[in-house]
Amino acid sequence: MAVKNKKLNLKDKYQYLTGDMAWEPTYQKKEDIYPDESFEGIKIVDWSQWEDPFRLTMDAYWKYQAEKEKKLYAIFDAFAQNNGHQNITDARYVNALKLFLTAVSPLEHAAFQGFSKVGRQFSGAGARVACQMQAIDELRHSQTQQHAMSHYNKHFNGLHDAAHMYDRVWFLSVPKSFFDDARTAGPFEFLTAISFSFEYVLTNLVFVPFMSGAAYNNDMATVTFGFSAQSDEARHMTLGLEVIKFILEQHEDNVPIVQRWIDKWFWRGFRLLSLVSMMMDYMLPKKVMSWAEAWEVYYEQNGGALFKDLERYGIRPPKYEDVANEAKHHLSHQLWTTFYQYCHATNFHTWIPTEEEMDWMSEKYPDTFDKYYRPRYEFLAKEHAEGRRYYNNTLPQLCQVCQVPTLFTEKGDATKLSHRQIEHEGERYHFCSEGCCDIFKDEPEKYVQAWLPVHQIYQGNCEGGDLETVVQNYYHINIGEDNFEYVGSPDHKRWQFIKGMAPQQKGDDQAEKTVQKPNAA
Amino acid sequence: MLKRAGPVTHKNNKVMIMSVNALYDYKFEPRDKVENFNGMQLVYVQWAGHLMFCAPLALLVKPDMSFRALIDDVLKPAVAAHPQSVKADFLEAQWELNGESFTPNADASLVDNGIDHKSMLVVTTPGLDGMFNTGY
Repeated sequence: MAVKNKKLNLKDKYQYLTGDMAWEPTYQKKEDIYPDESFEGIKIVDWSQWEDPFRLTMDAYWKYQAEKEKKLYAIFDAFAQNNGHQNITDARYVNALKLFLTAVSPLEHAAFQGFSKVGRQFSGAGARVACQMQAIDELRHSQTQQHAMSHYNKHFNGLHDAAHMYDRVWFLSVPKSFFDDARTAGPFEFLTAISFSFEYVLTNLVFVPFMSGAAYNNDMATVTFGFSAQSDEARHMTLGLEVIKFILEQHEDNVPIVQRWIDKWFWRGFRLLSLVSMMMDYMLPKKVMSWAEAWEVYYEQNGGALFKDLERYGIRPPKYEDVANEAKHHLSHQLWTTFYQYCHATNFHTWIPTEEEMDWMSEKYPDTFDKYYRPRYEFLAKEHAEGRRYYNNTLPQLCQVCQVPTLFTEKGDATKLSHRQIEHEGERYHFCSEGCCDIFKDEPEKYVQAWLPVHQIYQGNCEGGDLETVVQNYYHINIGEDNFEYVGSPDHKRWQFIKGMAPQQKGDDQAEKTVQKPNAA
Repeated sequence: MLKRAGPVTHKNNKVMIMSVNALYDYKFEPRDKVENFNGMQLVYVQWAGHLMFCAPLALLVKPDMSFRALIDDVLKPAVAAHPQSVKADFLEAQWELNGESFTPNADASLVDNGIDHKSMLVVTTPGLDGMFNTGY
């Protein structure tokens, strides 16, 4: 027999480091070791059928990630030393980062927790290793995003307390409740929700707008994070597709269960992405593409091909897909006008789009913008000019499931709210849509206990009865700095000073630091 | 371990209500029961065709408040920013309560009007249907 190689080849290494970790228990029952694996009703006949498309082993993983990290932090340093924030297209752009840091980065952390948990729950070793690796990716993304954006925190408002805000601020209960819903589900639903519905079907609608948006608007720090995460995201997407095919191939009884999850998580993801829609169309001074265009490419075309491919398993496209497709003409505008009227309670600013931007929207939304939304902005601009900048001082009704204000309109009628309500065990519940109402009816026990920010304020659980106290003390939003209209805000004035368009404000040390700080390390 | 109850038909709304699939008997109190609101209750009001208010308004009110007071002291200030609000006569308008057509008694309390906790009121003001022909 020939002398064995000291070094294992990749295939052997992968076998030793994954498959071989699947021990057959001798003195404990398998179902006692993996107690969460069966209660959802998913039947796995043979875990050895699990195909890992990457065959990445831990030692290789550490090596690749360390190399990426080294390059990434070198660029962050250079960005900070050269006052990179002064090169962005306009300070309004930073509001997209405020939204990202409070609404997306905490989700990366929640994903880390979720994948760590399910990485323990599968009896198949291949699935466990893939989940553990993704858990580490997610933790790294959460950290590197915060580091990428920390430089902006030195120069702009609203970025100072993202983790705290995520747990408390009204609109951030939208991403938080989304992920908490997934994390409190069983392991197979979690993977269907996050790996498949979110990472595979919808992630391009988050990642592309934010990272291309960063590139278009000269935000070198964030775009470098994007490049650094890209190979991980590709791996996550592939895992998402493998997961769903594996589950569907294992047993035909799995099909209706998975279909129900796809319906649920498509709709929940779509509602979550409504925040991204307004970011794309309104918060990027230099636009990448419109929300409607992104939806067409990344959902209607790519998603269409995907669901065609899944047809052979007996899976159909998600329920209410038609509603989401039609909504692409309205979504961003309805969201932005909502945040426009409630930005006294947000950590970012809102504003009326410029003439040029409105022309862009007329072109991108030929059937809806001039008809429905341009007149609203012209009216709001006039109100503002006459000293009546519009804020809605009454709290809105929130959807019991997605927790977005019930602001969406009916398919085919943009003048009518798509409100739904039901009575369940003597209590009334309200929803933004048929989609969210269906989700409630499937699992009412989950949603009757929803922590709805508006109701929590009214119950007196948020450190005060008036909105101002809640915003300042409970949310940690600094009134007059982080919130309200962009025009005339401290961020706006500081930017004008940076660009030499206005004198420095009295007592504005931040602006002083920004400009006088020498570039040398 | 599997705890999935069969579908039930709900007596009030005739909707199919399913049950969560959980590892244990998963039952929680609804978080927004009226007793959690310190003697107050919630009511939602939507002024149909006035999407300047992006969603129905969530109002914290006393259950024994009169319907007239709800209009004069709560609703009118809440919608004052809309140019049509000065012309709106909400007491003479068309009302819906929880999806059913409804004629309020202005001087009776909310409770006596049947407006219980988390009820939804929709008011339509004939002739005033928002701005720009778009229900804004």
